[in-house]
Amino acid sequence: MEEFAIKDCALATIAIGRHAQTLRELRDILRDIHPGCIYHHFWGTLMRPEFYDREYNNDFAAWCHHSLHDNRLAERLAVVDPADYPDLEALRQELIEIIDERLDETEVTLAARADQLFHFTRSVIVVFDTHRRLAHPQELVTALPQMSVGSIFYHFIDARRREPIGVDDFRAWLMGFGPEYQPLCETLAEIDPYFESLFVLRTRLARAFKQYFRPPGKRRAQAGQGDTP
Amino acid sequence: MTGSAHPTTLLERYATHAGPDAVEQLKQLAARLEGLRVVHVNSTRQGGGVAEILEKLVPLMQDLGLEASWEVIEGTKDFFTCTKSFHNALQGRSITVPEQLLREYEAVNRANAERLRPVLEEADVVFIHDPQPAPLMGLCPHRRGKWVWRCHIDLSRPHRPVWRYLRQFINGYDASVFSLAEFAQPMPHPVFLIPPSIDPLSEKNLPLSSEEVRKVLRDFGIDHRRPILLQVSRFDHFKDPVGVIRAYKLATSFVPSLQLVLAGGRAADDPEGDLVLKEVLAAADDDPDIHILSASHYSDRVINALQTGADIVLQKSIREGFGLTVTEAMWKGKPVIGGNTGGIRLQLFDHRTGFLVDTPEGAAMRIRYLLFNRQRIGQIGRNARELVRRNFLITRQLREYLTLMVTLIHGAGDRIELA
Repeated sequence: MEEFAIKDCALATIAIGRHAQTLRELRDILRDIHPGCIYHHFWGTLMRPEFYDREYNNDFAAWCHHSLHDNRLAERLAVVDPADYPDLEALRQELIEIIDERLDETEVTLAARADQLFHFTRSVIVVFDTHRRLAHPQELVTALPQMSVGSIFYHFIDARRREPIGVDDFRAWLMGFGPEYQPLCETLAEIDPYFESLFVLRTRLARAFKQYFRPPGKRRAQAGQGDTP
Repeated sequence: MTGSAHPTTLLERYATHAGPDAVEQLKQLAARLEGLRVVHVNSTRQGGGVAEILEKLVPLMQDLGLEASWEVIEGTKDFFTCTKSFHNALQGRSITVPEQLLREYEAVNRANAERLRPVLEEADVVFIHDPQPAPLMGLCPHRRGKWVWRCHIDLSRPHRPVWRYLRQFINGYDASVFSLAEFAQPMPHPVFLIPPSIDPLSEKNLPLSSEEVRKVLRDFGIDHRRPILLQVSRFDHFKDPVGVIRAYKLATSFVPSLQLVLAGGRAADDPEGDLVLKEVLAAADDDPDIHILSASHYSDRVINALQTGADIVLQKSIREGFGLTVTEAMWKGKPVIGGNTGGIRLQLFDHRTGFLVDTPEGAAMRIRYLLFNRQRIGQIGRNARELVRRNFLITRQLREYLTLMVTLIHGAGDRIELA
């Protein structure tokens, strides 16, 4: 089995100079915006300052809630899982359809305050190799707590879009060992990547590996219960 | 090794605050930039937020193996009068800058270009901070590196004639950097976003002994045994000091022992400051529990002591840049009640790291809530400090500068894989 190469990443955020004040403007800009913006407002948001219990998994839903005060639309946008779409174009179409549907339903023009515009931004991801290699999954028990949050983003979040199978790098690697680590993969699959900071995700992942590799009889059924950041 | 028991290098000292993983990440990223000649240029070696950041950012870049240096342009009185007008105009004030001051601005830049040209033309990356040295790029025709204009000002609503004049010097840069998307102007080059940060090792942010804090409070006649509200900011309408007094007065009906401290230096070139101070004094109406500290200057250590001694910090701005006073108070473990504007929104999350408010009434309600639930002051304060530790220390800003340089050097594309 190939070694696990620990990589790290950092994001450079770029303002593209376009912004929306109304829902209609948001929809119109979404039609032709750089796909990197869609990536940034879904995935890049996890690399931004946030507190742990996130309300919404993407910036579009958060803006509809906080600035347009349209909870119905915010909820619909919040359930969009970007990993369900083959590419960013398909994700873009889904967003436009949800907004169009809402525009059809509403008669009033929803607008944000002038100082609460939706500013479209995109990000450039810079990936670099830490030159750390792991030969066996058990090594992740000690490696995970030492990883930077950039590594967690790269392997646990970015991987879902990067790899055709749509799963994180940890599970992809474990699957390569055959069915042996299936229960661990199932535990990892239950860690929702969208609602917590990368720091808490790191704690949850580390705990999942630690519990799995404990001597038999000491494992707990579920990882991640009662995690604190 | 990072994070050792007795840190010796500057980087190791920061690892004790930001965490060894954050410093290790900086080393990994910087390894790809080793030997890169990076020059920062601004207009002052001391005083002001830009110099404060460069004082630490440049040695940190050197520690990471970059050949970083910091150059300061030399100017005349007229030059600085001109750039002060630029500063005010770019923040929206309608100002006409006389032609002769503009000529002086250009002449000073030409003179500095003569002196700095060899260093600047040889550099791999040049960061020009704010408008003062902006024309230098056009005066270095044989430059070989990338030039970045770092704007520390809120440019969202500039006085157009002044911006049109300055834009001619900036358009040709390879990139610009702004603190927030809201502050940026459209540019013909990429506009990067890098929020500012605080330095945990500075006098303003170092932990102080309780004796020192109490002495400072005593010196100003503030009783440390009674609850203290504090707002640190210039006497400026945008900081809404009169609104803060109203919030305090609304809250005192429920918490009669409350004290309010308004600490704000006055800039010599800010005539509005005196006007606002008069309004503040009138609103305070000789209340002995309102302490208005209005000397022209307070040391960083005194401000630190006031922030450390406060129970709750307010920054009830109506319009704000990033709001680094919010970050400083949060770093000291204080819950902050801030105006719902600018960069304050990036820092305060209701009930978790502080509170965002839109009115004095909203501020009063949050003051009462916190003073009635005293354990929440500690909980929110701890969260606030952690948010700053993870996101708003200078190490994060340094990482973003390194990432920006990698991005510029490796060209376009959404994904850069470094070997």
